[in-house]
Amino acid sequence: MPNFIMSYLGSTVTPGEAGNQFWALIYVLIIFAAVSLAVVAMNWFERKALAHFQIRLGPMRVGPHGLLQPIADALKLALKEDIIPAEADQFVFWIAPVIGLLAAFTVYTVIPFGPSQAVSDMNIGVLFMLGVSSLGVLGIVVAGWASNSHYPLIGALRSSAQMVSYEVAMGLAVVSAVLMTSMKTGTGTLSMIGIVESQQQQGIWFIFKFFPLGLIAFVNFVIAMIAETNRAPFDMAEAESELTAGYHTEYSGLRWSLFMLAEYAAMIAVSSIAVTLWLGGWLRPFPNLLNAPAWDFIFSLFPGLTFGALAAVAVIGVMRMPVHPYFRVQRIGLAVFAALLGFIALFLLVIALAGRSSDATVAARFRDGIDYVYWFVLKVALFMYLFIWCRATWPRYRFDQLMRVGWKVLLPITLVVLILTAIVGVIVS
Amino acid sequence: MSAAAKDGTKENVNDVSGHALPHAIPSHLHLETPEKPYLDSNELIINMGPQHPATHGVLRVILKLDGEKVLGTECVIGYLHRGVEKIAENRTYAMFNPYVDRMDYVAAVSNGLGYCEAVEKLLNVEAPPRADYIRVILTELNRMASHQLWLGTHALDIGAMTPLFYTFRDREEILKIFEKYCGARLTTHAFRIGGCQYETYAGFEKDVKNFLTFVAPKIDEYEELLTTNRIWLERTKNVGVISGEDCVALGVTGPVLRASGVEWDLRKAQPYSAYSKFDFDIPTGENGDTYDRYLVRMEEMRQSLRIVEQAVNSIPEGPIMAKVPKVIKPPVGEIYHSIEAPKGELGYFIVSDGSTQPYRLRVRPPSLVNLQALDVMVRGLLVADVIAVIGTIDIVLGEVDR
Repeated sequence: MPNFIMSYLGSTVTPGEAGNQFWALIYVLIIFAAVSLAVVAMNWFERKALAHFQIRLGPMRVGPHGLLQPIADALKLALKEDIIPAEADQFVFWIAPVIGLLAAFTVYTVIPFGPSQAVSDMNIGVLFMLGVSSLGVLGIVVAGWASNSHYPLIGALRSSAQMVSYEVAMGLAVVSAVLMTSMKTGTGTLSMIGIVESQQQQGIWFIFKFFPLGLIAFVNFVIAMIAETNRAPFDMAEAESELTAGYHTEYSGLRWSLFMLAEYAAMIAVSSIAVTLWLGGWLRPFPNLLNAPAWDFIFSLFPGLTFGALAAVAVIGVMRMPVHPYFRVQRIGLAVFAALLGFIALFLLVIALAGRSSDATVAARFRDGIDYVYWFVLKVALFMYLFIWCRATWPRYRFDQLMRVGWKVLLPITLVVLILTAIVGVIVS
Repeated sequence: MSAAAKDGTKENVNDVSGHALPHAIPSHLHLETPEKPYLDSNELIINMGPQHPATHGVLRVILKLDGEKVLGTECVIGYLHRGVEKIAENRTYAMFNPYVDRMDYVAAVSNGLGYCEAVEKLLNVEAPPRADYIRVILTELNRMASHQLWLGTHALDIGAMTPLFYTFRDREEILKIFEKYCGARLTTHAFRIGGCQYETYAGFEKDVKNFLTFVAPKIDEYEELLTTNRIWLERTKNVGVISGEDCVALGVTGPVLRASGVEWDLRKAQPYSAYSKFDFDIPTGENGDTYDRYLVRMEEMRQSLRIVEQAVNSIPEGPIMAKVPKVIKPPVGEIYHSIEAPKGELGYFIVSDGSTQPYRLRVRPPSLVNLQALDVMVRGLLVADVIAVIGTIDIVLGEVDR
């Protein structure tokens, strides 16, 4: 086995930091695949959750409980005719969704799924994240402009104004979190991994730090992040009932699906940032208080138990399905899915048990890695649910009201929180 | 450029082949004034509809925008024109009855009530009391259904998706009662000239009473989602304000008029059918904005429930059909009869030449007349408000275009 593959194994830093390009590439591919899969899952989950908010069933026909619906949709979109309007600027029209997608996916390079489970640990991680995620607006503006049509143009204008104004509040909220990292050590950090480690050292998630300052900053960040990703109730850019579809009105087929992919990828990305900055990233609940080996073991059972619960739900689904030839394929499909989940659960439990004996073994390291990713993904998943919840509950803000909320409410509050955080920090230390 | 265009009188905008475009932009918006500087980037003409998710069908609104601000609007209608009034001249009175259901298809029972009462007035017959009660029950249920549909779509226009499904769930119960009564859910053809065709089915009263107890908490549920919702308030308060005088001047009727503070309801002002026997209030608003119209309609739903409750508890026995000749031949003359449809005053003007078919039939559709107020309401507001106001006027294009 070549040295550059083996040398990284056992390392406790990210491949980017270790300078190992091969493993960095592997990580990038894993993240790309995982995020794409997460988008597919999110698509299904959003439709199901939204449906249940609205006393409907949602997709039920394609696969058991519509599990294959996103795949069917993706196939359909990929096979559709590729239409570029005659009046559109062809090259720009073509490149717009790619810009959005690139911006959304590039953010993931600095997102830490664990202390070493990231592509790279940049010392300017937060800045990089803010910079790249705000590039996403370029794709939208360019799409609206290149379509050479009224609705997309208005959508693009709204979107650019909205993103620029919420970027400010978002940035200030992030700064107050960064400020908190310097509390004990005296030197703050912009590194995403550093921020999580600092939360571990200080023994508190930043959402609870200087209560309620951290909480306010966090809430402001969440509002700004929903606006930033153009989701309801701030989905001005694609307000269906006003602008038909906003900036992607003229898009169809694969290009349109790229926009969707970019939007959902951006949602997961900003949620990851919120989790990293305020909710302790990959840290499990109470890592300092409950740090006995027994607690380590109990918490390491969680991933396996979660998959076990999912498998149980799937099994219940199989049992509830009517015994009828019409449902035969669906029953078998769901049973296979349940079996798959069950095997994953079993695998994870076995690893948790194997890693119990000693902390230094490969199994223990593997178990820790799974734990980190599990807690991180769980927190992000809660944010995804929050997005859907907001969408199901609220009407849409009007454009001027949105700007007012951004500039006159969020910005002053975040500023005050930032200053107070600084003052309190100085007093405490 | 033709001579006419040069001296300011605007022709239809022509396409390259010289044919007048069917979608010609109306001249009063002054689109191509000669003084206009080259590349004037301030104004944007945008076509909203006829294919647009929020214009409630095929309404086309031409918007003149300054950025997002609306400088003027122009409604273009007729995309759903079916010539209902002309059809009436070639059908007997009884044959035309089902056609009126297709005008305001979400309140078909009201349409039928207005038509049947107009012809009855022309014939000088009166529906028996039991028929009147059945009519009131079904019409008020239909008002409720119409308002529920309005609420769902209006909320959807403003971006709240969920109320739509709640209202449709409850509207379904009304449609079930209709279906059990006359076999149809939407275009019911529930009434006949002279009364009702069908006696109530066994269990009708129980169904209606069950519905009343079922739906009362549901209205609270809708209100819980919207009435005190911050975003809903911001989107509807002081949006699309119209004064009572403007409403009267434009002929606006129905909840839109009442929300502007004018207490005018034909059920009280000119009681028809059995309405004089029931006790109910006319909800009115103060500001004439979208929020008041929302509140008025919500209250109207509750008042409808009150009327239905009284009617179903005191429904008399007796015949359901007056003595009407098999061949309906009204005497020569003309009649105008109007009722309070869910959307406003629905009037029928019928001229009879003594034959079996109307000489001329004219419908006064509330949706069309109310739509006139759109321009007054949205000038100076934003694009998003246009959608909210179209929703709050509560138009049905089948009725606007007929």
